[in-house]
Amino acid sequence: MATVAPPAARFAKTALAVRKKRAETIAKWVFFAMAAAMIVPLLAIIAYLLYRAAPSLDWGFLVDMPRKGMREGGIWPAFAGTLYLVVISLAVAAPIGVLAAIYLNEYARDNWFNRLINLAVINLAGVPSIVHALFGLGAFVYAAKLGYSILAASLTLAIMTLPVIIASTREALASVPMAFREACWNVGATRWQTIRSVVLPNSISGILTGVILQVSRAAGETAPIMFTGAVFFKAIRPGTLFPYHLNDQCMALSMHLYTVSTQVPNVKDSIPYATAVVLLATVLLVNVSAIGLRVWLRARKRW
Amino acid sequence: MRGDNTIVVQDLRLAYGAREVIHGISFEIERNEIFAIIGPAQSGKTSLLRCLNRTIDFVANATVSGTLLFNGENIRRVKDIFSLRRRIGMVSPLPVGLPLSIYDNVAFAPRCAGLHKKSDLDALVEKCLRQAALWDEVKDRLDSLGTALSGGQQQRLTIARALSHQPEVLCLDEFSIAIDPVTTMRIEDVLKQLRREITIILVTNLVQQARRLANRTMFLWNGEIVELGTSDVIFSDHPGDRKTYEYVHGIFG
Amino acid sequence: MTDATPSSLHTVGPRPRRRTWAVVGEKALEAVIRASGVSAIFFVLAIFFFVFREAAPFLFSDEFKPFEFLFSTQWYPTSDINVRYGTWALTVGSISVTALAMVLAVPFGLGAAIYISEFSGRRQRETLKITIELLAAIPSVVWGFVGLTVMSKIIVALTGAPVGVNLLNGGVILALMSVPIIVSIGEDALKAVPDSYREAAQALGATRWQIVYRVLLPAAKNGLLAAVLLGVGRAVGETMAVLMATGHAVNLPHSVLDSVRTLTANIAAELGEAPAGSPHYRALFLTGVLLFCITFAVNVTADLAIRGRRRL
Repeated sequence: MATVAPPAARFAKTALAVRKKRAETIAKWVFFAMAAAMIVPLLAIIAYLLYRAAPSLDWGFLVDMPRKGMREGGIWPAFAGTLYLVVISLAVAAPIGVLAAIYLNEYARDNWFNRLINLAVINLAGVPSIVHALFGLGAFVYAAKLGYSILAASLTLAIMTLPVIIASTREALASVPMAFREACWNVGATRWQTIRSVVLPNSISGILTGVILQVSRAAGETAPIMFTGAVFFKAIRPGTLFPYHLNDQCMALSMHLYTVSTQVPNVKDSIPYATAVVLLATVLLVNVSAIGLRVWLRARKRW
Repeated sequence: MRGDNTIVVQDLRLAYGAREVIHGISFEIERNEIFAIIGPAQSGKTSLLRCLNRTIDFVANATVSGTLLFNGENIRRVKDIFSLRRRIGMVSPLPVGLPLSIYDNVAFAPRCAGLHKKSDLDALVEKCLRQAALWDEVKDRLDSLGTALSGGQQQRLTIARALSHQPEVLCLDEFSIAIDPVTTMRIEDVLKQLRREITIILVTNLVQQARRLANRTMFLWNGEIVELGTSDVIFSDHPGDRKTYEYVHGIFG
Repeated sequence: MTDATPSSLHTVGPRPRRRTWAVVGEKALEAVIRASGVSAIFFVLAIFFFVFREAAPFLFSDEFKPFEFLFSTQWYPTSDINVRYGTWALTVGSISVTALAMVLAVPFGLGAAIYISEFSGRRQRETLKITIELLAAIPSVVWGFVGLTVMSKIIVALTGAPVGVNLLNGGVILALMSVPIIVSIGEDALKAVPDSYREAAQALGATRWQIVYRVLLPAAKNGLLAAVLLGVGRAVGETMAVLMATGHAVNLPHSVLDSVRTLTANIAAELGEAPAGSPHYRALFLTGVLLFCITFAVNVTADLAIRGRRRL
């Protein structure tokens, strides 16, 4: 009589299968731990900063003027300075960056010159921030004779954010399928007509997200502005929304955090922590709104 | 005979980089006929069409030589390329609805050409959708998205779009490969009606489709014309060339 | 069966023509677009030009000896009697902080990338990816502040060192800063491996871990290498965080608890005091040129590695 194993036993787990499953589970948990190892420090750091900053954190901290050489009072001039720098630098970088990306993705033929431009953009994105500071010093402060000013600092920040805006805009434009463009060309549309009617409306979410993300970067950088126009202390008229002129030097949140935590002795502990919290909160809020914008617009995708 | 014909091609050569894909072909297309181009894949059929409406310009390493005349005008030296593309329309193989409303899909080309008056556009959109046999299905939802239509509907939408700029010649590049047979028959009926007014160039690898529709057929193989003649000859048992017989009857291809 | 008989095509009237201002406006706009594209290369060249311009007088002066500049550890720019501009200690500082950061960041970063790409469910993936993006957004001065205050206390408590700002501090902080870029580019690299590879392996009975180890890692190795290189580029170029977290000693480190200074931090620390146009000032600009070349090389290598992957 044939010895056939009973049906249930045929599908029972072999020893090999059990070992494989165990290795799989271990691997999964190990990798999960690695992913969690990034989140846990992040949350712990934020919690600790909030905890130490609490004594100084109130609305007044944001809108008051500093007193006693930064040891007391608020950081309004620094916050206003950061706003100036961010707005001006993005007003310069965003248009040039978006238009350059449109050129590179929609108009440029694949020849040596345009490959060189591509290489240039990639490398510009990797330049260390201190080298941007040196550039700003040499080009805007001295060569263009702007001196140490908001204008010089903003232009330095603009050159810093430009390549990333170009890269993210290109990615957004490239996500529009080529078939749409070809269909437009087949009916006699010019390149610009195609871009205006089909490409841009369907990539605007990616473009906006890229620009907004650079807002947070421009707000957080210190080195490029440290030597081109940001200072630790500048007297301004209190109570107005536009306290600076373009050729003034200014205070800035990032610069303020650096100096108040390294150069000023006898500061009440919570002040630098509170400054860090304000800067971090600004940056994270901007980024969260960019992510939200991206999610919302992606839900309205039209193909 | 020469001056009348809509399209005259003389010694056309096309190369992608170092690889020549069309090897010096010459033929003419008459006004108001359905001219079919048949042949296996990679014969150069699509490339030939792209030379006619100058979309070959978008291919970086393509070099074209030879003479291409459209109503006596030199296609390769035409002053306004965009006007040329409106006069020689093109329907591509895969249905493409633009991510605009159905109305805007059909109104896109006239607007690019400078027509902006709403009453004119309304009339044109309706006329083109009727001609493409799509009006009844979409007349109540002209505002809805063109990309939400089915494949067969999108292909008819593409035809409506191609008709919206009043082409004198309409090129169809394997228009039926991605759509169902019912829609294909409806579009073939449309083409038969359109022939009275415009010239139609039909690239297809469906031999039976060419047999149904075409007045004359050209068998293109590996970038060379094997045979060009009227349909009764090409699809008969005694065409001019043995290879034509073999291809038409499925012995190769 | 069909719609109403189509009326004649040619009764709409003469062909419309575009208004002149529309045509002219479009040409003007296209000229502006072309100019913007060309400007990108202009700006990169400008960066190199202006930094080099300030460094050039020192580079071509008699005081400058290339071997000493690159490989001497004696950096005494403000000395009265023995002015020396040797950057080797700074270069070693940069290399050691970066190396320590990569030792920590690469395993965690790649592990997290593998988890996100292969093991996580959709909701977990979205949450993790958003967290990585937020981690990447934290400004370097805030990281430096964390190193200066939080991390230094932890290091002092754990190791009993006298001072908490040192190589270890900088390495840990830089690791936390570099992880996001390794994770995001690494995840892109893994996603780019076609699903057919995974499906084929599954059909042979492989578990997910086996697929990762035997199929995906080899297939994605170019992209993963690029991820690591970009992380290195980020770490080498970092200024404020290392300025605040690694201390102020310009010397070769003998242990992870020694203070070091990197090329980047050195420029930031001394540029304010060097009088414009002085040799010290120009030597700092020359250090900037050196940095530009290093990050250029790293980024080009990373780009080549990615390009190699795409050809698959």
